Amino acid sequence: MNDNKTHSQNAEEFLKDRERAHWHDETLWFVRAKRDKAAHNIPEWEALRDAASRIKEHTLSRLDEYLIQFEEKAKANGVQVHWANDAEEHNQIVRDILQKHNAKNVVKSKSMLTEECGLNFYLRDQGINVVDTDLGEYIVQLRNEHPSHIVLPAIHLKKEDVSNTFHEHIGTEKGNKDEVYLTRSARKVLRQKFLSADAAITGVNFAIAETGGIVVCTNEGNADLGVHANKVHIACTGFEKIIPKAEHLSIFLRLLARSATGQPVTTYSSHFHRPGKGQEMHIVIVNNGRTNQLGREEFRGSLKCIRCAACFNTCPVYRRSGGHSYHTAIAGPIGSILAPNIDMKQFADLPFASTLCGSCSNVCPVKINIHEQLWSWRQKLMDEGYGGFAKKASMKVMAGVLGSPAVYKISGKLGRTAMRLMPFAVNNNLNPWYKGREMPEPPKESFREWYTKNKKA
Amino acid sequence: MSREKILNAIAKNKPAPLPLPEKFIVERTLVNLAEKFLDVLQGIGGKGRIVNDLTEVKNLLQEKRERGVEVVNCIKDLPGYNAGDYVSKTAAETQTVHTVFLKGVIAVAENAAIWVPESAAVNRILPFICQELVMVVDERDLVANMHEAYDLINVNEDGYGAFIAGPSKTADIEQSLVIGAHGPLKLDVFVVRS
Amino acid sequence: MKVGLFVPCYIDQFYPSVGISTLQLLEKFGCNVHYPPDQTCCGQPMANSGFASLTHGCNQNFIKNFSGFDYVVAPSGSCVLHIKEHLHDERNPEAAKEIRSRIFELTEFLTDVLKVETVEARFPHRVGLHQSCHGQRMLHLASMSERVLPPFSKAEQLLKGVKGLELVKPARVDECCGFGGTFCVTEEAVSVAMGEDRVSEHETNDVDYITGGDTSCLMHLEGILRRKKSRIKIVHLAEILNAQ
Repeated sequence: MNDNKTHSQNAEEFLKDRERAHWHDETLWFVRAKRDKAAHNIPEWEALRDAASRIKEHTLSRLDEYLIQFEEKAKANGVQVHWANDAEEHNQIVRDILQKHNAKNVVKSKSMLTEECGLNFYLRDQGINVVDTDLGEYIVQLRNEHPSHIVLPAIHLKKEDVSNTFHEHIGTEKGNKDEVYLTRSARKVLRQKFLSADAAITGVNFAIAETGGIVVCTNEGNADLGVHANKVHIACTGFEKIIPKAEHLSIFLRLLARSATGQPVTTYSSHFHRPGKGQEMHIVIVNNGRTNQLGREEFRGSLKCIRCAACFNTCPVYRRSGGHSYHTAIAGPIGSILAPNIDMKQFADLPFASTLCGSCSNVCPVKINIHEQLWSWRQKLMDEGYGGFAKKASMKVMAGVLGSPAVYKISGKLGRTAMRLMPFAVNNNLNPWYKGREMPEPPKESFREWYTKNKKA
Repeated sequence: MSREKILNAIAKNKPAPLPLPEKFIVERTLVNLAEKFLDVLQGIGGKGRIVNDLTEVKNLLQEKRERGVEVVNCIKDLPGYNAGDYVSKTAAETQTVHTVFLKGVIAVAENAAIWVPESAAVNRILPFICQELVMVVDERDLVANMHEAYDLINVNEDGYGAFIAGPSKTADIEQSLVIGAHGPLKLDVFVVRS
Repeated sequence: MKVGLFVPCYIDQFYPSVGISTLQLLEKFGCNVHYPPDQTCCGQPMANSGFASLTHGCNQNFIKNFSGFDYVVAPSGSCVLHIKEHLHDERNPEAAKEIRSRIFELTEFLTDVLKVETVEARFPHRVGLHQSCHGQRMLHLASMSERVLPPFSKAEQLLKGVKGLELVKPARVDECCGFGGTFCVTEEAVSVAMGEDRVSEHETNDVDYITGGDTSCLMHLEGILRRKKSRIKIVHLAEILNAQ
């Protein structure tokens, strides 16, 4: 992940290996196709989306009440609840709990929130070893990479890559890229990690206000193995994961896996309410800029997100540029409307990494109007001055030409004439359009000229 | 302090109240729940069949014991209930467990998920540490969808509970499906006719 | 019925035949069509680049040119969408509102307002259908592959009557072509990759033409087709519906 380059620059790099980029696109399109099949199997699919959206919108409008209720119920269940205003505080809280228990080895199941906060690197600096146990995350961790997709972390890697990585780090046979062999090898290694760790960290898919419980969804069983094998369970969550009632899980669990991978449900939907015997359970509720986003009328809908990544899979730009091009923990369309809230300067490029095709909004199980928010972020970013002087200047020129009939007519005629008489003026490498496409043929007369000649009587 | 900071900011920034939608109701169109359940189960890598009574399950239990693998039986209706021995075992002590037999409380036809509260698993780690999992559900405990399921279960009756749908799996290596990730490699389900 | 013909700037400058076909089609169906000569651009290029704040000139000019018509019709889904969603004038909010409620893309105007059942036209060619995003997903000109809703397509409904026409759809029926306005140059690599993939699917179907409702998409695809020295040509829906 190149943090110093823009999405556009990273994407160009990604596309240099055309064949591999094509493979990446096809692989993710296949996941989108599986999602379509699953959705079309549910006649009430659109009603489910609508209900999920409205539940989330209602929840956001009473978020503080639900969080207070959640905390009260969780505490009554014997769970310790912590609040972190930012990433740094979250990391410190987690570290403090681990240090209190002298935990040196930690197993972690998938949590994009902890990615967002940079927890692994922080703990490593504190001398605490964290192993990511979701197979995809384990692979990228061994490679010292960031996940490129929030549900399929290693989607950018081929079997050979995994084979090489496992050979290097866990001693599998060189050149053996059979996925069953590789998975079984990881199973052996990670089982020992589960059993020899001192603590388990998980994410949270849903936090139930009514009961104070949390739900964690996995296919691999790594969250459950990690938690049930250890004396300390720390669950980290953004505060927007809260839902009012347990019955609402029926709606969200019917939507989540189908949207994410096309499965009817993940293998495990684990409901944690009370710590196991002799176990301590902690929940860390994190802000990290979410209150800010909550206050932005145009963008607060992004907080409805249940992190399914359906928008990633359908996005023609994401599929052809890869998650690392977005230089942020959560990539894709949803990432492009979440990141600018954190840092407008750093992520000003993301809302422009889109053609505004609208497919993302259509697949979103909670009906976030992603494509509209992308448009609105563009306005906000340019208003706040993140467009750069050149961009604003050229836009002003364009506005001047297009806003004035006289200037427009002259410019149009001049432009087309120049293109016809001096094609080299535009057919060159300075013209980015020309890199991959021919310019349109300039006609002898514009529509206006034709109309004047033929119709204006 | 952060708690107050966060809650105050939320109170200040949240939108005007919006109503909760009505309870989601789906008319049940599914007639043969068991058939659908087994069909979906097969699609997600599990194996299942309908049986008239527990004979086949008892035979399977016997067979596994004769093979000499470590079997944990959490079902009181089956002979040789030994889950009590595992209640206080540590995770490390359970790593030799081969097969676990347990009774599912509710089975959902639309996604082949079975609700397994802690009381059914006896020790929370058992459904995950084993190599093979065998579940028994009564046909009368089948429901069509998750809405019906959540109407019937009490999620916090036990300190822990999970919907388990099929054996553990992953497709993290180039989207190639592998049955058996960190949890059990195999799931067998017996749906017992009422 | 007095119809104001809105010919998007790039059609005016580069693809006047699309404008001509649109005009002729509307007249064929009995509309009294006027072309306001001082129209310029809807302002979409600036707005999509984050500079909606600079579109006052375009907005005011649009309102000046298009007030007073029963309907405003354009052969472009994206331009119509932009006007519908973003035409505003603080000094003249009512006029802007009027136009927003009366502007239609060509195919939806034919099916929904003129209630055209069949179009008498002849275009005996194998044609690949490109579904332009803004028209489809935002103006609801056709059903969308992502949604679980009944299928329909206003364009296909009209094209059904065109004699000799063999309409073929690409494997990914509604994936974006990659034009995206200034995206086509700011994210040039992705834009071209997307366009090449679209073209590839149509080539697999061995079509003679690619058609769609938005010339911006077609212009982008044409650029790629011609770079590949492909025999496939582009043609706008209006031109097919107007073909004899």
